[in-house]
Amino acid sequence: MDLQIALLLGQDGITNGAIYALLSLALVLVFAVTRVIYIPQGEFVAYGALTLASFQAGKTPGTLWLLIAAGIAVAILDLHQVLRARTLRKIPRIVGWNLLYPAIAAAVVFLLKPGELPLLAQIILALVLVVPLGPMIYRLAYQPLAEASVLVLLIVSVAVHFAMTGLGLLFFGAEGSRTPAFSDASFEFGLLTVTGQTVWVLGASLFLIVALYLFFERTIYGKALRATAMNRTGARLMGISTVMAGKLSFLLAALIGAFSGVLIAPITTIYYDTGFLIGLKGFVGAIVGGLGSYPIAAAGAILVGLLEAFSSFWASAFKEVIVFTVIIPVLIWLSLTTRHVEEEE
Amino acid sequence: MAPRLLLGIFLALVAVAPHVVSEFHVTLLNYIGLSALVALGLVLLTGVGGLTSFGQAAFVGLGAYATAYLSIGEGLPGWLSMLGGSPWLGLLVGLLVTAVVAYVLGLLTLGLSGHFLPLGTLAWGLSLYFLFGNLQFLGGHTGLAGIPALSLFGYPLKEGRSFFYVIWGVVLGAVWLSKNLLDSREGRAIRALKGGVVMAEAMGVDTTRSKTVIFLVAALFSCVSGWLYAHMQRFVNPTPFGLHLGIEYLFMAVVGGAGHVWGAVVGAAVITVLKQWLQDLLPSLLGASGNFEMIVFGIMMIVVLQRAREGLWPMLTRLVPQRSTPSAIEDAPALARKALPEPGKVLLEARSIVKRFGGLVANNNLDLTVKAGEVMALIGPNGAGKSTMFNCISGVDSATEGEVLFCGQEVTRLNSRQIARLGMSRTFQHVRLLPAMSVLENVAIGGHLRGSKGVFPAMLHLERMEEKRLLAEAARQVERVGLKDSMFEAAGSLALGQQRTLEIARALCADPCLLLLDEPAAGLRYLEKQALAELLRKLRSEGMGILLVEHDMDFVMGLADRVVVMEFGEKIAEGLPEEVQRNPAVLEAYLGGVD
Repeated sequence: MDLQIALLLGQDGITNGAIYALLSLALVLVFAVTRVIYIPQGEFVAYGALTLASFQAGKTPGTLWLLIAAGIAVAILDLHQVLRARTLRKIPRIVGWNLLYPAIAAAVVFLLKPGELPLLAQIILALVLVVPLGPMIYRLAYQPLAEASVLVLLIVSVAVHFAMTGLGLLFFGAEGSRTPAFSDASFEFGLLTVTGQTVWVLGASLFLIVALYLFFERTIYGKALRATAMNRTGARLMGISTVMAGKLSFLLAALIGAFSGVLIAPITTIYYDTGFLIGLKGFVGAIVGGLGSYPIAAAGAILVGLLEAFSSFWASAFKEVIVFTVIIPVLIWLSLTTRHVEEEE
Repeated sequence: MAPRLLLGIFLALVAVAPHVVSEFHVTLLNYIGLSALVALGLVLLTGVGGLTSFGQAAFVGLGAYATAYLSIGEGLPGWLSMLGGSPWLGLLVGLLVTAVVAYVLGLLTLGLSGHFLPLGTLAWGLSLYFLFGNLQFLGGHTGLAGIPALSLFGYPLKEGRSFFYVIWGVVLGAVWLSKNLLDSREGRAIRALKGGVVMAEAMGVDTTRSKTVIFLVAALFSCVSGWLYAHMQRFVNPTPFGLHLGIEYLFMAVVGGAGHVWGAVVGAAVITVLKQWLQDLLPSLLGASGNFEMIVFGIMMIVVLQRAREGLWPMLTRLVPQRSTPSAIEDAPALARKALPEPGKVLLEARSIVKRFGGLVANNNLDLTVKAGEVMALIGPNGAGKSTMFNCISGVDSATEGEVLFCGQEVTRLNSRQIARLGMSRTFQHVRLLPAMSVLENVAIGGHLRGSKGVFPAMLHLERMEEKRLLAEAARQVERVGLKDSMFEAAGSLALGQQRTLEIARALCADPCLLLLDEPAAGLRYLEKQALAELLRKLRSEGMGILLVEHDMDFVMGLADRVVVMEFGEKIAEGLPEEVQRNPAVLEAYLGGVD
């Protein structure tokens, strides 16, 4: 290996690592607020990327049908609840978000012919379809079990992952897709050639991280999420709805996931089940931070990216084995440094 | 119909099944048996122990690959080749490798919060799958073919029909072992895991060991399933050992009923048959090929967890009249008792205990002694730090500064399990018991340290004598605290006051010399309080030391020999009950100052 290859691998690693970092932030967020270990995060990566790829291929992505179906299911459950509790003033909102919004999205997709739109519009449209699935899935799968143990929520996560992977196969088929790069520019720094896509990924990741930081520090909703993460009962007594907090954290996670998918699709070929592995690498990062610390999780994720890049050079067949066994030294370190405190169940 | 009769019918059906159904269905039944074995391990782990693993398919893979590699015997290094060619060696090595891997994985994750084990097994399951696919000596993604057939007593088992008996024999054996294990002292320790680690440890249960035991058992069951699979298929490749299969095994356990041994068999049958059916139906329905049953399984799992978290087995058992609960407990020779110390001897001495939680000082410079044969009461307004003090003394938490001496031994840094072994037993302010278990079994957890038989005797039920003595002892304590009439009822069905009394029986079952009672009279009626006071007086006269936190002043003042009063983490008074009652600082703390 010479310096040029090392630089190239380093660039690769940091680019992928930045995306893992985004995902690890979402995972820490969801776990802190809802105690859900969010295995299906990776599916949003695949859905985001493949929805964009469908638009570019001039096809109607299956995620549109999923959005409509999930919307109807949520609307039925919520309307049932509302009619029973006689809180009729909530009806317009339920109908608006769960029935009207998917209908409008469908109309836009059919009228605009997304295949001919500029890339930016396609990306926005892909996010419009995929992101609302986050809170809808929270409503359907997790909300009825919000008070259950971490273990039960984890099993639900795995079940959601199962269903979403199967649906991904149904919607997008077994073939992989790659989308065109955001820009064809490349920059020379001596030995190092930096591609436009790398700049995009790093810039967008940095932007999202700063935006998240501002959201948590400066906005009332961000603070509500932090309060819920610290103490659910306390937050509820202060008038913060844990349902709202759950949906909001799933919305953010879906946004981060789908956007990561859009970012990574020009770099790696994405298959319906690729998201899972990408999401798990985010998890390795999140575990480095003990599922609690945002900056350590992000740093851990970038480390995972670098490790992956260099091990694909030295032992490409064992790339995944190496990446997932990193978790072992991390666990040793965690078990030596954390004093076990009993979970409240 | 009695459950025993149903079991007989089931066994008879298993015995005749291969002779009446088609070859195809025999194969299906074989697969159900193989999966049931894995799911059974997950029942122990998930439903009983409150842990879980997604990596069981990888353990199946270890079992299968170990025997494939060794029994084919090609390409073995020289020093191993003489051992090659034997499926039995394959089984042994597979079990050994599995045990080592599971032990190490458990060592790494079981001390951490509950969700690190599943995440660890997730990573391990993926890694092993990729490893199988990339190691050339294991045939890479194509796998290994030509695995010899198993032969028993010189009779080769080449057909599905003959193999059926091997598989189902092993499954039924594993069910028997698991049921025996759960119905034993070790089993109670395992079942106590779900009630939280704090209680189990305070009763002397080594919870990390109990967790490791069930994780190992689950892994070894999976390994045996893999060994059988390899010799049934006579061919292995990485596909059936991937992570998705690992998750499917978990689904089987949950759908069947993760809390019940037979749930594993039901779940394995349902998922295996459903998968077979959906794999035919869905691709033609959807017009594409792929594992679309995943969608159905995923949604089905969510519905099961939301609507029927106990799974199918309890629904099935509801169709059958319940086994009548035992009405009497067999008498057995009493367990050995520790000699109680001389009355008046200092049992417990806490010196200048300081406990800080961040900036909050919960206990500041507290001194406390309890002698044998006396009742010492610790009183004070809410938030005075009484329960914190209890936790520091009993090892549930450790003091920031100061030292605790128990029976002349420094115990400040010992954990609650080690302290329990020295003869201190306690109850909790917020009741910690296992609501689904009977009163008797809950109390028997307290006797954990008075038995010694381990996992293997328990699985084979070779420890029945000790078990009888433990249960008889538990029954005596239940009777002693006046809960005899509800001995076989679920602990969760008792009123709160009675649950507190149950905790006292549990603590007594440990044969302590010092008893720590955290608000034992709360929620009791007048007559029950009198009975409790009577019991405590009797224990005192036997020489037991009792440290008591209580809010009921009549109860305390009528019973205690000495009283310590705390406020804001500090001791404000100590002395005889009459003295304390007249102490101005105490009056001010309780009634407010007079301006």
